[in-house]
Amino acid sequence: MTTLEMIDSKIHPAVGEWTLPDFVDEADLPGRDGDRVIQFREAIREAMSHEMRQDEKVFLIGEEVAEYNGAYKISQGMLDEFGPRRIIDSPISENGFAGMCIGAAMYGLRPIVEFMSWSFSFVAADAILNNAPKMLYMSGGQWGCPIVFRGNDGAGGQLASTHSWCVEGLYANVPGLKMAIPSNPYDAKGLLATAIRDPDPVFFLESERMLGDKAHVPEEQYYIPFGRARLAREGEHCTLVSFGRPVHFCVEAAEKLAADGIECDVLDMRTIRPLDIDAVIKSVKKTSRVVVVDQSWPFGGVSSEVITQICERCFDYLDHPPVRVNTEDVPTPYAKNLEAAYLPNPTKIEAAVRKVIEATA
Amino acid sequence: MTQAPTANNRMAKAHSSAETLTEVSTETHLKWLRDMQLIREFENRTMQAYQQAKIGGFCHIYSGQEACAVGTIAATKQDDPVVTAYRDHGHALARGMSARACMAEMFGKITGCAKGKGGSMHMFDRPNWLFGGHGIVGAQTPLGAGLAFASKYENEVLKKGVHPDHKPKQKITLCYLGDGAIDQGAFHEALNLASLFDLPVIFIIENNGYSMGTAIHRHTANHENLVARGESYGIDSIKIDGLDIRHLYSEFKPFADRCRENSRPGFVDLKTYRYQGHSMSDPQKYRTKDEVEEYKNKDSIARLLNQLMEEGSMTEDSWKTMQNEIRDEVLDAVEFAESSPAPEVEAELFTDVYALPQKNLSPTAEYHHGARNPLL
Repeated sequence: MTTLEMIDSKIHPAVGEWTLPDFVDEADLPGRDGDRVIQFREAIREAMSHEMRQDEKVFLIGEEVAEYNGAYKISQGMLDEFGPRRIIDSPISENGFAGMCIGAAMYGLRPIVEFMSWSFSFVAADAILNNAPKMLYMSGGQWGCPIVFRGNDGAGGQLASTHSWCVEGLYANVPGLKMAIPSNPYDAKGLLATAIRDPDPVFFLESERMLGDKAHVPEEQYYIPFGRARLAREGEHCTLVSFGRPVHFCVEAAEKLAADGIECDVLDMRTIRPLDIDAVIKSVKKTSRVVVVDQSWPFGGVSSEVITQICERCFDYLDHPPVRVNTEDVPTPYAKNLEAAYLPNPTKIEAAVRKVIEATA
Repeated sequence: MTQAPTANNRMAKAHSSAETLTEVSTETHLKWLRDMQLIREFENRTMQAYQQAKIGGFCHIYSGQEACAVGTIAATKQDDPVVTAYRDHGHALARGMSARACMAEMFGKITGCAKGKGGSMHMFDRPNWLFGGHGIVGAQTPLGAGLAFASKYENEVLKKGVHPDHKPKQKITLCYLGDGAIDQGAFHEALNLASLFDLPVIFIIENNGYSMGTAIHRHTANHENLVARGESYGIDSIKIDGLDIRHLYSEFKPFADRCRENSRPGFVDLKTYRYQGHSMSDPQKYRTKDEVEEYKNKDSIARLLNQLMEEGSMTEDSWKTMQNEIRDEVLDAVEFAESSPAPEVEAELFTDVYALPQKNLSPTAEYHHGARNPLL
């Protein structure tokens, strides 16, 4: 097979040089325990600010990111530090500014594009799906697109149908992009740092409901490699696979189940493309049971993909058909009780695991 | 970053048209003639190859519009970014891509400018700062704004090249689109951003009068006054006859210089005409043969040729020699394209998807790096 001789791991003719650190084992990353407790939104800010100090080619653009200090206060104070040339308020014009930043990334800059919500990314769909992930391929390796799109994904709390999108089910379908979905402040910082240095387009999905979550986050910059799941809890009876906010629901359900002696592996995938299917397979071979929890819709979504890959790779190890817990297959309702019934939650997850356990007892 | 455009900053005729013309040497005029004829001949062979099913997919012929690409690109520097739509063979050739790389791309060969992965609609040429070749109507307009954003950022914020071998400077980006694209939202958003952020990009409307098969009076409002569309965003806007390359250049060059110097966008309604259908599969029921003939009588190549002959810079013999050279060059390109190998499936199908391929990016594919692009 032909290889591109000039590419060592840090230079590509289409995107120039990048300085993504050599990836380390999880054990080599700074510890997750400590008392430097900050919010999820601050972790995101720290990752961006650090990279902007390191590399002037990085800039942040989006609606209200500068003078308003961020619609969700993620970019608070960044205008003061970096000035209006690098922290840029955009008009409400997603197709325009997303497309503009793709052009800038082709030229060699490293834009971070904030969508106030991923629900608003659909008006930029042509730019982010038809241009960014395909540029390297359709130019035969001449122009790349090192860009990060980030913003809130998922139900924010009674925002109704048009503002509650989980885009991972749709967007993960497209080759050429990478996708990260952190579930906690520590991972948010480390994954976003990696995303900004990655030479490919990265879709980074946050959650409005988690921006205030607090945890210890190291001050130093660290880079969590893409494609490595985190084992959030260990157990031998059932594997729970999730990503983003529902990871917390899985852990909660697992704690309840543990009281009855049912122990679960809870895998936080952290990135969807690449997807650490090896970690899933390893766990399923141990537990023989799997429940996949996904906050997007069930039809042709990430959960379907994970389950398909499980069936392809370790069907014989399964004692029970894989089970999925998704948002219910309807548009997002407004009423509080309907929205609650629509979303995945610990009760649904617990019930799904019990069903699998009881059927195979 | 933003500054209000002055109330009336339309072309103040910094250079008069006549002055600009005198700056153009006979040699340059001959080069324009050659470049335009190369495109015409190239497109003739393209159509032939398409009819022989050697070229597939959608294929949009540039014949008739040659003066647009050649005359405007003549006003740029080699490292000014250029981006265009899918009717892009002319821009690629005018920008300096070899006829071989362009033809081989359409033949789907590994020697093509995109290693056969782009085809007719996706001509990319990194050494000549050509950023494509884009297939969705209007999608390249925000990209054009972004290229200008980046060159300005490189010059004013980084104050050094984004790549070590490149020096920052005041650049102008040329962003081409057809008259059909001015109805797209992306176009309006790009104009707003370009004016708001003072981006040095010129939106060049190659106004051939048809949005595919829909005549301009049927597809856009206020069609007799397209410059109003640029002006409404506070952008310097001019209308130029795109069939007379000398006139075109004399109007466009000072306009482009001003956009570069002032770091401001521009809008050009460049009136032109395409001789062939929208694409190769267009029966052209929407226009008359008389109309096509009428425009062929105003042909931009014939016009320049006649002018040069009248002035004594060109003779029947030298024209014949030039035509023969061009014919040979294009035939060589066709032969090159035909004899080049197709991209190997194993080596190329899964390459150039990611700059940094990683494990488990796909359930079915292992991505890797492929052969180096022939243009690099």
